[in-house]
Amino acid sequence: MNNKKKILKPLLHASIAACVASMSGYLSANEQTPIKIGMMLPFSGVYAGLGEAARNGLKQALKENQNTISGRPIEFIEMDTEAKPARAPEITSSLVDNQKADFIVGPVHSGVAMGMIKSIKGKDSIMIIPNAGANAATGAFCQPNVFRTSFSSWQTAYPMGKEAFDMGYKKVVTMSWNYGFGKESLAAFNESFTSAGGEVVKKILVPFPKTEFQSYLTEIASIKPDAVFVFFAGGGAVKFVKDYDAMGLKGKIPLLGSGFLTEGTTKAQGPASEGVITTLHYADSLDNAKNTTFRQQYQEQYGKPADLFSVQGYDAGQLIIDAVTATKGNTADKDALIKQMEQLEIDSPRGAFKFSKAHNPIQNVYLRKVVDGQNTVMKIAQQNLEDPARGCKL
Amino acid sequence: MDSSFYLVQLLNAVQYGLLLFLIASGLTLVFGVMGILNLAHGSMYMIGAYLAYYFTFLTDNFFLAFLISGAIALIIGFIIERFLIIHLYKRDHLDQVLLTVGLIFVFNAIQSFVWGNDPLGVEVPSLLSGSIKLTDIIEYPVYRLFISGVCIVVAVGMYLIINRTKLGMMIRAGESDRNMVENLGVDISKLFTIVFAIGVLLSALAGIVSAPIVSLVPGMGEHVLISCFVVVVIGGLGSIKGAFVAALIVGLVDTFASVLLPEISSMSIYLLMALILLVKPQGLFKN
Repeated sequence: MNNKKKILKPLLHASIAACVASMSGYLSANEQTPIKIGMMLPFSGVYAGLGEAARNGLKQALKENQNTISGRPIEFIEMDTEAKPARAPEITSSLVDNQKADFIVGPVHSGVAMGMIKSIKGKDSIMIIPNAGANAATGAFCQPNVFRTSFSSWQTAYPMGKEAFDMGYKKVVTMSWNYGFGKESLAAFNESFTSAGGEVVKKILVPFPKTEFQSYLTEIASIKPDAVFVFFAGGGAVKFVKDYDAMGLKGKIPLLGSGFLTEGTTKAQGPASEGVITTLHYADSLDNAKNTTFRQQYQEQYGKPADLFSVQGYDAGQLIIDAVTATKGNTADKDALIKQMEQLEIDSPRGAFKFSKAHNPIQNVYLRKVVDGQNTVMKIAQQNLEDPARGCKL
Repeated sequence: MDSSFYLVQLLNAVQYGLLLFLIASGLTLVFGVMGILNLAHGSMYMIGAYLAYYFTFLTDNFFLAFLISGAIALIIGFIIERFLIIHLYKRDHLDQVLLTVGLIFVFNAIQSFVWGNDPLGVEVPSLLSGSIKLTDIIEYPVYRLFISGVCIVVAVGMYLIINRTKLGMMIRAGESDRNMVENLGVDISKLFTIVFAIGVLLSALAGIVSAPIVSLVPGMGEHVLISCFVVVVIGGLGSIKGAFVAALIVGLVDTFASVLLPEISSMSIYLLMALILLVKPQGLFKN
């Protein structure tokens, strides 16, 4: 209820501080032109919460650097994508051609990402994707000037196939919405599960965004598989996990998923989410110094807990800072900048990572289990997992 | 897949159909009596669900939240009719569309501002949290049966009110000839206020009872609006009996298409609608 007000106040302070900081930076280095960072995130609509988290993370990274890089101030240009793919080319062109943005951080939604990549191809701005997981963004459509600080769909589901087999499950039903992210996740699971020796006995694709799951759950019960692997996110994930429990399946057929099934949703899922096992490249409870500091500072600054999406935004910020610092503030030579970015190791709250040739993080993927409403890390499911980047010629 | 599989699916279908009826009944009632197509009907469903969440959170008692939310929905319906819809009776449907689409945006903004954009959930009240064992694996949640019970009570209640009471008589008269009703000395403006408020209440009621089994997310109202229109169009715009029959048919088709014809399941109910409209362009039960 009152969250808004609690958030607004620190935000106001932060932005005043940011203004003052950037002004003083500007005054002291009069001739320094600002580094322009465009943000293309959803600030309204269903994904507004994700866009806000990514922006907060990005700004926190730059604030830790006093909002300057190599003496140059930062200028943010915020654009609301509304998570609508149709808007992507127009906004991207305006940031690239009119605003001459050095970096564009965005988007959240994979459909928007595809539109952005088409518009930024061969241009002089560098795009950093802080969420959208479509494999093609660092696969068939990969570009020299496109980086991703989040994940590919493949990475988040592939490790679970082997894990499921090692847990002793031989016959599994997979299920997701019938759209890109879901289908890519099921395919990645299928790839490692079948090569380990398991069998996917049934793949169920639910029309997006339908959340009436009863008939599918009845079907799963009649098949009686050893386990179920699903991809659902957000509101659909809440409903699915609750329905799965209410139909009495939870205690009998273990529920596995891509990490988004229980990411930011366990509170709404309540006790139904207890014991659900997922794989993801992050967990709130990750025990490392960087994560602890990051989460503490995020909480102080924004008055709410950090999440996966803020981590990915934060790392986009770190990537910009480290790269521009390495070129000593030179952003005019984009090829040199890209070269630096390719060599960097990002000290992320999820654990340090480097980029693959296709510019996707080579990162740990964790096996997590919901205990007391928290995604607790059981172990590293796969260390330094690199997306196969199928179709990328970089 | 044995016979128990089909029986459980039948139960799923009837249960889903009854819920669809609850959501759609208000829309068709308001259109039938007042000639107003309320596109913000789904928003009332959403507001009902969020109110139920909010008052369950405050009072820790779902049934109390149920009553309070219902009362607030009635008041919202009253206010919308008295201050907004009242200006539209003499205007055409396009103006009604403009206003009610505008209301969708207003209610979405209120939802986002008051409750935020994260998905929320309501716990099933402990009194109804049990489940009934149907097969060796499937247990059927008692709460879903409770929802079906509420839907049946509403359906029977509406039937009795419309066929056995003076209000119902006026509603039926209003459906068939509005001018005549007015000329016979019935205070049509009062009738419209009551009917509209009931329409809003029915939609909100669907949202309230669904709250524990759905996830509360921005835009949840728009999703139900589409299925709701399918039901109302198949049943015949304005016909409550039609909405009831259509809701059950849609529930059956949707449920069985999902498992038996998964390739076409996303279009199954629209195919059904197209087929029915080919044979009966006015819907099944158009007066």
